[in-house]
Amino acid sequence: MTLDTVGVLHRSRVIFIEGGQGVRSHLNTLGIHVGDCLEVVERAPFRGPVLVQVNGTRLALGRGVARRVRVEPAETFRPVAGSVITEAG
Amino acid sequence: MKFLLAGQPNSGKSTIFNAIAGYRSATANFPGSSVSYTLSRALIHGREVDVVDLPGMYSLTSSSPEAGEAVHFVAEEDWDLIINVLDASRLERSLELTLQLLQLGRPMVVALNMMDEAERHGMKVDVEALSEELGVPVVATIGRRGQGLKALFRVALQTAHCAAPTGTGCFDKEVATAVAKVRVLLEEAGYKSRIPMALTATKVLELDPHFRAKVLEAAPETEAAIDAIIADLQEVHGWSADQVVSGCRHAMAHTIWEKVGELGRPKVGWRERVDRLLLHPVTGGPLMVVILAGVFFLVFGVGQRLEAPLVAWFDALQAMIEGRFPLETLVGSLLSGIFMGVAGGLTIVLPYLLPFLLALAVLEDSGYLPRMAYILDNLMHRIGLHGKSVLPLILGYGCSVPAIMATRILESRRDRRITAALAAFIPCSARTIVIYGLVAAYLGPLWALGIYVLNLVVIMVIGRVLSRFLEGRSPGLILEIPNLAVPSPETLLAKTWLSLKEFLIIAWPVLVVSSLVLSLLEWAGAGGVVNQALAPLTVWTLGLPVAVGMTLIFGILRKELTLVMLVQALGTNQLDEVMTTVQLVVFTLFVVFYVPCVATVAAMARELGWKDTAWISGLTVVVALVLSLAGRLVFTVI
Repeated sequence: MTLDTVGVLHRSRVIFIEGGQGVRSHLNTLGIHVGDCLEVVERAPFRGPVLVQVNGTRLALGRGVARRVRVEPAETFRPVAGSVITEAG
Repeated sequence: MKFLLAGQPNSGKSTIFNAIAGYRSATANFPGSSVSYTLSRALIHGREVDVVDLPGMYSLTSSSPEAGEAVHFVAEEDWDLIINVLDASRLERSLELTLQLLQLGRPMVVALNMMDEAERHGMKVDVEALSEELGVPVVATIGRRGQGLKALFRVALQTAHCAAPTGTGCFDKEVATAVAKVRVLLEEAGYKSRIPMALTATKVLELDPHFRAKVLEAAPETEAAIDAIIADLQEVHGWSADQVVSGCRHAMAHTIWEKVGELGRPKVGWRERVDRLLLHPVTGGPLMVVILAGVFFLVFGVGQRLEAPLVAWFDALQAMIEGRFPLETLVGSLLSGIFMGVAGGLTIVLPYLLPFLLALAVLEDSGYLPRMAYILDNLMHRIGLHGKSVLPLILGYGCSVPAIMATRILESRRDRRITAALAAFIPCSARTIVIYGLVAAYLGPLWALGIYVLNLVVIMVIGRVLSRFLEGRSPGLILEIPNLAVPSPETLLAKTWLSLKEFLIIAWPVLVVSSLVLSLLEWAGAGGVVNQALAPLTVWTLGLPVAVGMTLIFGILRKELTLVMLVQALGTNQLDEVMTTVQLVVFTLFVVFYVPCVATVAAMARELGWKDTAWISGLTVVVALVLSLAGRLVFTVI
């Protein structure tokens, strides 16, 4: 599933970010990486942007951007240090 | 000696800068509020030091244009020490930039700023442990209250003479190996740069276009080998090299955070509750309308109360002067010119400008603007842009020049062009004065509100048309929403004063001189020639008094001039006695829409180039003509 379809207050984990290097690095530097857990805080009506809480910051992501972030539900999962690397290896 | 203030956007660099340099760098509560650097010489513990306030950057990767200037400065200019300002409440993410700055291998001090915010979030940070992890001094600060700044600069002075830090943390094995390989490759190719080789190598692996271009320019033969290393890295990890490197840095930052930080329960105060309402799908939109309408009526109410007694007083004074020096004499004419310029600035411009600038400062410092971007994202998509364009557009209500500069926060050139064009149509404070001083004052505030609404509709239509014709992609909204903040009265006043000073020092003298020139021209009878030449536009097309011709010419210098010049040209402060309702509306419409002032044109040329500036300026004239003509027709028919 993609981030734009996640309901409010659901936690999910990023599994893949689609799109070019520009969008990817932008999301990376703002705190969204593959493996990160995030929570959808609010969804604007009429297909507006979604508001997510990730790594202690709040980001507004347009629906188009959110559609590029593929996630899986993460109700119980808590990320541990270095999870990005272990998963990758 | 030169210190750089570097850090991620909205971490409080400008606040710290202003604390030591006086209020020179405009601060605001949204990411990207400083788009260019500000330099100041300050006396720190008895030593003269140049301090540079850089625009915020999330990373040393130079892909976004706003960060471009900061990255360039850090990489290319001469400096002695970096003060890396961190937002303690977003420590984990802020550390990712710190890790990159450490790779520069130059003297550095960390200012762990916004400690009060971190506390509100229930976070505790062990400052000493952080210093040990990073291998550089760390000083806890609260920039807004000036806490810790003395200590910060004392440590900075001491550190500037010390050896540079060596520890840069360690990447995981594959990344470290890849960095080492690229490094060897570059060294063998004889690549020389002021930037440490390890950092260049890391950035090349991160697919940074700037660093890649530089390396390939100096050593084109390395391309194939570099691409092979990148491909290897991707193969091992299963995703693109840039994500591997940045994910690795993320993990390093996370590890440091786990060692030095502690997360307790965040406090939920009234700010969080208000914020929920402001962003709520149901209440967010209506609240925004209420807030903006509130600002509008507040500015009008305060302005009107200030204006009325001032105008009455100056009218009496004017009658007295004219009694003594009749207008027909040269002396009388000169005096009247100077008087009108001074009085116009004081009685018409200031009463509305002052409350307006204050209100805008409150919107900026409270952090409401990014929330507007969030709420309006959807609407902005309808005109082919996205929510981030809201920030420059709102700034446009203050002045078009910073608005056009603020388009740098947009990622794509197409969005920057469209937004800059639209920002030129937003009535800046100078045009606001014309709207308030002419339409609201003589016809009532609802008429003025009508002009604002019409302006927005026109902007939306133009936006839609432009986004059809201008090619390119719009990446969509990615924007950090900062915490709501209560603006401090000192900052608000300092900020309003900074904008007001601009008016007092630059605009007011222009106003007085122009008024003087106008009255001289009238005295010599030359004004009539210009007015006659413009008559086909002013009289025949728009149905305005012939005397307004000159005012429109002066309006290109500064838009406030049109109003003051109008008073001067028609020789009265009671404009409704000499102009009809239709004329007032038509004149205002034309002034609001036609070519923005010289300063805006110059700013636009700098940001977009002359070609774009030319067609945008042309477009404004066409739109102004069409609208004022339509206004005239509609009113005549009714």
